[in-house]
Amino acid sequence: MQFMLLFSRQGKLRLQKWYVPLSDKEKKKITRELVQTVLARKPKMCSFLEWRDLKIVYKRYASLYFCCAIEDQDNELITLEIIHRYVELLDKYFGSVCELDIIFNFEKAYFILDEFLLGGEVQETSKKNVLKAIEQADLLQEGGAEAEGERESLKQTPY
Amino acid sequence: MSDIVEKTLTALPGLFLQNQSVGGPAGVKASFSSRLGGLVRGITALTSKHEEEKLIQQELSNLKATVSAPTTTLKMMKECMVRLIYCEMLGYDASFGYIHAIKLAQQGNLLEKRVGYLAVSLFLHESHELLLLLVNTVVKDLQSTNLVEVCMALTIVSQIFPREMIPAVLPLIEDKLQHSKEIIRRKAVLALYKFHLIAPNQVQHIHIKFRKALCDRDVGVMAASLHIYFRMIKENSSGYKDLTGSFVTILKQVVGGKLPVDFNYHSVPAPWLQIQLLRILGLLGKDDQRTSELMYDVLDESLRRAELNHNVTYAILFECVHTVYSIYPKSELLEKAAKCIGKFVLSPKINLKYLGLKALTYVIQQDPTLALQHQMTIIECLDHPDPIIKRETLELLYRITNAQNITVIVQKMLEYLHQSKEEYIIVNLVGKIADVLVLNTVDTYAPDNAWFIQTMNAVFSVGGDVMHPDIPNNFLRLLAEGFDDETEDQQLRLYAVQSYLTLLDVENVFYPQKFLQVMSWVLGEYSYLLDKDTPEEVLTKLYKLLMNDSVSSETKAWLIAAVTKLTPQAHSSNIVERLIQEFTISLDTCMRQHAFELKHLRENLELMKSLLPVDKSCEDMVVDASLSFLDGFVAEELSQGAAPYKPHHQRQEEKLSQEKVLNFEPYGLSFSSSGFTGRQSPAGISLGSDLSGNSAETGLKETNSLKLEGIKKLWGKEGYLPKKEGKTGDETEALPVPQESIIMENVDQTITKKDQCQVLTQSKEEKEKQLLASSLFVGLGSESTINLLGKADTVSHKFRRKSKVKETKSGETSSAHNITCSYFSSSSNATYEDDYYLDTLQDREDKELNKFSLNSELLDSESLTELPSVEKLSNCKLSSPSLFTDNNMEGFHPSQPTAPSVANETSLASSLLEETSEHMHSDLVEVCHNETISMSSYKIWKDDCLLMVWSVSNKSGLELKSANLEIAPAEYFKITEQPGCCLPVIEAESIKTFQYNVQMEKPFTDGNLTGFINYQMMDTHSVQLEFSVNLSLLDFIRPLKISTENFGKLWLSFANDVKQNVKVSESQAALSSALKTLQQKLRLHVVEIIGNEGLLACQLLPSIPCLLHFRVHGDVLALWFRSSCSSLPDYLLYQCQKVMEGS
Repeated sequence: MQFMLLFSRQGKLRLQKWYVPLSDKEKKKITRELVQTVLARKPKMCSFLEWRDLKIVYKRYASLYFCCAIEDQDNELITLEIIHRYVELLDKYFGSVCELDIIFNFEKAYFILDEFLLGGEVQETSKKNVLKAIEQADLLQEGGAEAEGERESLKQTPY
Repeated sequence: MSDIVEKTLTALPGLFLQNQSVGGPAGVKASFSSRLGGLVRGITALTSKHEEEKLIQQELSNLKATVSAPTTTLKMMKECMVRLIYCEMLGYDASFGYIHAIKLAQQGNLLEKRVGYLAVSLFLHESHELLLLLVNTVVKDLQSTNLVEVCMALTIVSQIFPREMIPAVLPLIEDKLQHSKEIIRRKAVLALYKFHLIAPNQVQHIHIKFRKALCDRDVGVMAASLHIYFRMIKENSSGYKDLTGSFVTILKQVVGGKLPVDFNYHSVPAPWLQIQLLRILGLLGKDDQRTSELMYDVLDESLRRAELNHNVTYAILFECVHTVYSIYPKSELLEKAAKCIGKFVLSPKINLKYLGLKALTYVIQQDPTLALQHQMTIIECLDHPDPIIKRETLELLYRITNAQNITVIVQKMLEYLHQSKEEYIIVNLVGKIADVLVLNTVDTYAPDNAWFIQTMNAVFSVGGDVMHPDIPNNFLRLLAEGFDDETEDQQLRLYAVQSYLTLLDVENVFYPQKFLQVMSWVLGEYSYLLDKDTPEEVLTKLYKLLMNDSVSSETKAWLIAAVTKLTPQAHSSNIVERLIQEFTISLDTCMRQHAFELKHLRENLELMKSLLPVDKSCEDMVVDASLSFLDGFVAEELSQGAAPYKPHHQRQEEKLSQEKVLNFEPYGLSFSSSGFTGRQSPAGISLGSDLSGNSAETGLKETNSLKLEGIKKLWGKEGYLPKKEGKTGDETEALPVPQESIIMENVDQTITKKDQCQVLTQSKEEKEKQLLASSLFVGLGSESTINLLGKADTVSHKFRRKSKVKETKSGETSSAHNITCSYFSSSSNATYEDDYYLDTLQDREDKELNKFSLNSELLDSESLTELPSVEKLSNCKLSSPSLFTDNNMEGFHPSQPTAPSVANETSLASSLLEETSEHMHSDLVEVCHNETISMSSYKIWKDDCLLMVWSVSNKSGLELKSANLEIAPAEYFKITEQPGCCLPVIEAESIKTFQYNVQMEKPFTDGNLTGFINYQMMDTHSVQLEFSVNLSLLDFIRPLKISTENFGKLWLSFANDVKQNVKVSESQAALSSALKTLQQKLRLHVVEIIGNEGLLACQLLPSIPCLLHFRVHGDVLALWFRSSCSSLPDYLLYQCQKVMEGS
């Protein structure tokens, strides 16, 4: 995987993880172009995009778009499942995750991502193991995720 | 729904605004935890981009003050980091905080460290200089007893780590492979995977440990090791064939549900693992029947098991299909895979449909009938509202283009092209259209002139200036070279001219510059074909364009060239005169020059006509390169006392020698790489000749002849390569014909039946679709299958490009080749190698020596060489074990399977060894074999190159035809064929050899050279065998014989150095023994020994020098390498350590 972006329906970036070295300028350009292209697509359209020489695989959960860039020979369907597994992990960790959880605790979202994908490859597919690793590191952490306003679960409403 | 989120966010800005005024280090600690929340809310409350920017800039300046204040606690720092990350994500620069992120990772407690590491991984990239500051922290954390700290360190290493610092952590990470916790082992494997990606040669020595990881009892660790294996097998599949069994077993266990339930995903066992294994198997089984046979069962099972209707099973199925079509085909599996593709294509789910099209595109060349089966779906997809589906369909159609459906397919492509705006898509699609329109193939499918030119016009107008420059070039070449039929050609050209003139008549249309250039060339060359339009009219149009400001100056140069060509044909030339007037005062110097040239040429119309002949663009010009027509002029000048001409290098030398006279302190000689060879070759210093006691004369002859080969090869490569490719392509394509046509007949029948049933109920729309289908898939029917493969003449192949062009080209190269030979005035040497082949052949029977005499001969030659251990070293230690373990040099052992082949091999080896006895060489090693042939190879370490010799022995009683050896282009190597490499026939029970010169392009430790040999048996059945040979850096290292004085000068002139202390055993501690090891195993030349220090020198072929200074202190050897090449010292050091440890 080359990179992963999470952005809202308003086009606001919520999370970005780059697995290939790119300059900040390139990153910004790519993000801008991709957010535009993905947001312009209709709901019934296919979850894959050809973009330059990359394949973009995206999926919408509630108001949040998850978007991964893979190479042409990679498997698009399994990438969709990577996204889904990540959402499942977030859901389990935050307990019915919503966009606000990710906004206000984005560093946790990054920690979970790093336990699941490392250097662009799937590191651990067992849900139990990933969460065990996170909890181990969290042990010393005080307090939990704070609940904010109305929560809209991502997982309950997959698009 | 997100509106709700939005509302929630806007409702809360008040909180933040209260906090905002509290900045700086004295800020209230308690509010720190919610500061991010405040920031987020504050941003959401704003309405304009401008306000957001203001707010964030303020936030950043607050943060800047906070992070640099000495009173800021680490806890506050952690909070600041989070906000900095947030600001960066919004696109603002927070680089002032990078150094603090590193500090936080270094000094913080666990939680702070974690955020510090995260910030580093998000802020920095691999080559960021600040990253070096993190190395110490990582090393410390790797040694920590706290598991969480070790995990964090491994996580950061797997994401970003400076390449040059890998040696600092590598041993620590290797240790972690034995750690008792699986999570640590898993992360260590992934860290090594990262290293393999960025610096493969640094982790080469731990390949054996990867195997251990593959066998790890923990599934996660094993799965992680597959990432490394996938990469390595992708780079070199032949080295890992022995692991096929293991991968198959693992996959069987996974598919059979033997893994812990934890790894299930929606009740499918470890889908990620399955897919990774399938991909690896696909790579291993490619073009390899024996390996493929091992996996048929498990693939069958995978296809069978994946029946659950869930996305993830489709993902596995897709990968399965891909693998089945990648490996050596098995009809049952192909049938099942084809059914699977059907499931995808016919699925109502759009994602699956897309993948179905992708799979079809992949398999269509092997099995065009599949396209027929799904033709109606394909037609539907062609008008799909989703452009991505449309595009994939076009990609599919592009693969099945033939003479009959080209018009429809190209039309569809153009339609799509007109709608798309993205440059990448346009370039890509234009390239494809141009591709199907002949430009890259010998035959064209274009049905007629008008269509062809008009389509190309569309391509040029849309593709414009973004398209690949080859497209206009190829198009023009095609027009100029023409096809078989001369009148056809003229008509095509005439049509082009007419069409362009019409286009230029349209007012206020702007064409892309490339298109204008094409037009101007065609008009310049072929306007003479017009009857009525006099050249004047064309000239007027060109003039109009020239005066147009929107035309670029490059295009103007093309235009004026066209004008120049047309000028001698024109009767009156008012326009030309006006043009000359206009441009002789132009500010553009280039245009001015063209105008002046034209002006002067016009004064001598006869000369101009002979200079610019009509329709001769394809004729070769004879140029008098020696400028003999100037002889008279030169003689006259000389007689009047002019100084004789001196070539540039001569003047340079004289200047240099003059400088030397004037200087009291002599400068050092310049030691450029060319300087080295220049100094070396005339002296005839060659290791082989020196050591074997031959006279210096043979040494000289060697160097000469070898140099010559180097030059010849350059031509040879260009001249012969394209021919060969064509041939192999034909052979492989021709094979599957009969099988396919049978299937296709069946399909055709079913389709026609279907058609008949449907005729009555068809609506008008459907009829249209049917019509489209028949026009699209027309070429794929049974009778035209052959046609698809490019062989039949049944359809009207209007254009067939002249084959003559190619011939003349190769003729040219060969003659050029002759010229070079004679230029070097040693053509006798050039045939040296050929003669030697002849000798080998003639002497073969005489020399059917038995192994005993050969052995003795081998011993002789060994005793002659200075460094007998080198060959053993490279064979035993550096070659990849899987390839050579059993066959090592055992051509001479009685255990060889067939007696005649032994005799042959030995005779071959002996005859070759005789010839090369003055060079060192490795043992004969079998690289591949089947029942018919056996192929062996060995290396000859010549003074100026590495010569790889592959010898093919035909064990069968039959003659083999068109034997052909091809070496795959390798990243690090430059390979050039020696003469006499393509063999039309290998007689029964005989041996032939192929020789290749190998040069190392850039230094590295070792790598594989792969290739294949193919040949045809009597029954025209073509066979292909793959092989691979391991080459090490040491194969390219030669001693560099220089004096101590020169050593000193060179030493100072080199900028790249590497120092390292190596511990050695007691026995080696003595200087002399260390020296001996270096001299023998690394082929270093000992320049001088002073006390406990030694100076050695070597060069990487062709001429990159590397110097070594070393000193012995007790049991420590201080090595210091310097070279003009930046990476060479590192690699040599690595080799040096290896031999020191090894001995």
